[in-house]
Amino acid sequence: MAEMLEVSGITKRFGGLVAVNNISFSVREKEILSVIGPNGAGKSTLFKLISSFLKPTTGEVRLKGERISGMAPHIAARKGVVRTFQETTIFKNMSVRDNVVIAHHLRSKAGLLGFFLGTGAAKADEVAFGASADEILALLGLSSLANETARNLPHGHLRALGIAIGLATDPSILLLDEPFAGMNHDETMRMVAMVRRLRDLGLTILLVEHDMPAVMKISDRIVVLNFGQKIAEGTPSEIQANEKVIEAYLGSEDEAIGL
Amino acid sequence: MTRNRNMKIASVAAFLAIVFIAVPAAISGSGRFDLYYTLTSVALLSIASAGVWLTFYIGRINIGQGAYALMGGYVSAILVMNYGWSFWLTLPVAGLFCAAASVLIGLPILRLRGVYFAMVTLVLTEVARLLALALPITNGAKGIVSIPLPGALSVFGLTIIPDFATLQNSRLAFYLLAVTLMVVCFGVMYRLVNSRIGKLCQSLQQNEELASSIGVNIASLRIIAYAVSSFFGGVAGAIFAAISQSIYPSSFTVTDSVNFMLNCFLGGLGYVFGPMLGTLVLYFGWDLLFQTGQFQLLIYSGLMIVLMLVLPNGLLSLAASIRKKA
Repeated sequence: MAEMLEVSGITKRFGGLVAVNNISFSVREKEILSVIGPNGAGKSTLFKLISSFLKPTTGEVRLKGERISGMAPHIAARKGVVRTFQETTIFKNMSVRDNVVIAHHLRSKAGLLGFFLGTGAAKADEVAFGASADEILALLGLSSLANETARNLPHGHLRALGIAIGLATDPSILLLDEPFAGMNHDETMRMVAMVRRLRDLGLTILLVEHDMPAVMKISDRIVVLNFGQKIAEGTPSEIQANEKVIEAYLGSEDEAIGL
Repeated sequence: MTRNRNMKIASVAAFLAIVFIAVPAAISGSGRFDLYYTLTSVALLSIASAGVWLTFYIGRINIGQGAYALMGGYVSAILVMNYGWSFWLTLPVAGLFCAAASVLIGLPILRLRGVYFAMVTLVLTEVARLLALALPITNGAKGIVSIPLPGALSVFGLTIIPDFATLQNSRLAFYLLAVTLMVVCFGVMYRLVNSRIGKLCQSLQQNEELASSIGVNIASLRIIAYAVSSFFGGVAGAIFAAISQSIYPSSFTVTDSVNFMLNCFLGGLGYVFGPMLGTLVLYFGWDLLFQTGQFQLLIYSGLMIVLMLVLPNGLLSLAASIRKKA
């Protein structure tokens, strides 16, 4: 399978702190790759580096061979790397549908002046975006809530809306920031099924997550971070059997800490 | 849908009839010609306030519109006095000059949010005043006085606007000029807000990070909105200079900047026509309270606080809630 996203030797320093240290891995086309690690392992920093919200100190991120690290976030989004947010980050005071319609911005053929003058291209955009938004909402089971103001949505639906916004940009690779955080078992399983469905539709997905059972269930491959270093990479079963991973999560063997 | 459209056309027609026909007719009937000056001021202040409203719309509290109004006034005055330009040419030039200046100023300061942006813009007005005092071209504290009234505007030998100096009633002429510009300005604003640009501005207001993650060029959109805002400020300032035939460093002060913002708050930040209504009510409200003498400011401020508590979304939210009930 071809490689979609390539992270090579990426390092981020904040002053004296090395948050992410020389990490390399790649995401293949149409796979679900999860990045896991204990708190403070550098997951969020790595996530921001990939989505170009942070500039790496050294190293680079390539999308289909093109270097995207160091670009402004909106340029990276245009290239096809689109992230969702950990918090329930949405446009709170817009309707659910408007949230998704506005997220089609990248696909618009008309420019700002075109919108202002209401040219044919702008009108065609509006119609196309509306239709596509309805499709996305149906896919994520949000159709019945389309006209609700976004801030009134319950937690699980907000997360789905976040993903709907990401989908609307028609990304090459979708980055999900802790998609299962704060969800109960049922909600998690529903979200797992949804993410799988997105992959089946041809999307490449990279997710950063805490929830171990969900990660094991959903991932094709897993990258494990600890203290800013990559300590393991492999399929879920390989990761489950990996000594270093167990150590990172459960602490070292008794004798190492003198018991 | 079509009914809605007809309603809109009817209300626009009614509004135009009021400002262009009913008001002048009423004023000439009652002989209160001083009202022209008052209403002209309201129209111009509402243009400047509309600019402030637009910056609110992208999520920035702008208390610096006075700076651009002052700048616009000086640009127009200097071009007319020192270079003999026609006022009509200086009007768009003043606006464009302010827009260009706002791009330079906006590039660094629009990165700030919330109270930090507000503080910087508050300082801008004061900086503009001090600059006007210090620069040789602005003639310091003496200001620029005896600016001639706007001359005739002709295109291909056809006189579109007569020379204001030859008019018997230049007050009416200024009124018509200001109201026309106000109508154009709010027409542009309405279109902006109801097109996709409005939605993009809202996306900035509600969450800049998310907006950027869906590919919105937030930096350039902020600059564009701020430049349009400052353009309005500059145009309003230029006409003010022409009406009063003078401009001083103190023509627009921090108080004016704050008032522009209050106009928006009072009318309603969620409504395009909020600044227009807000300006009208605030301007006349202040004048009505004049009779209370030394208590004027106290009552005025008290009323403002109460209004903001009771109607946080402005006067127009009243109309919206009535419409919803009906």
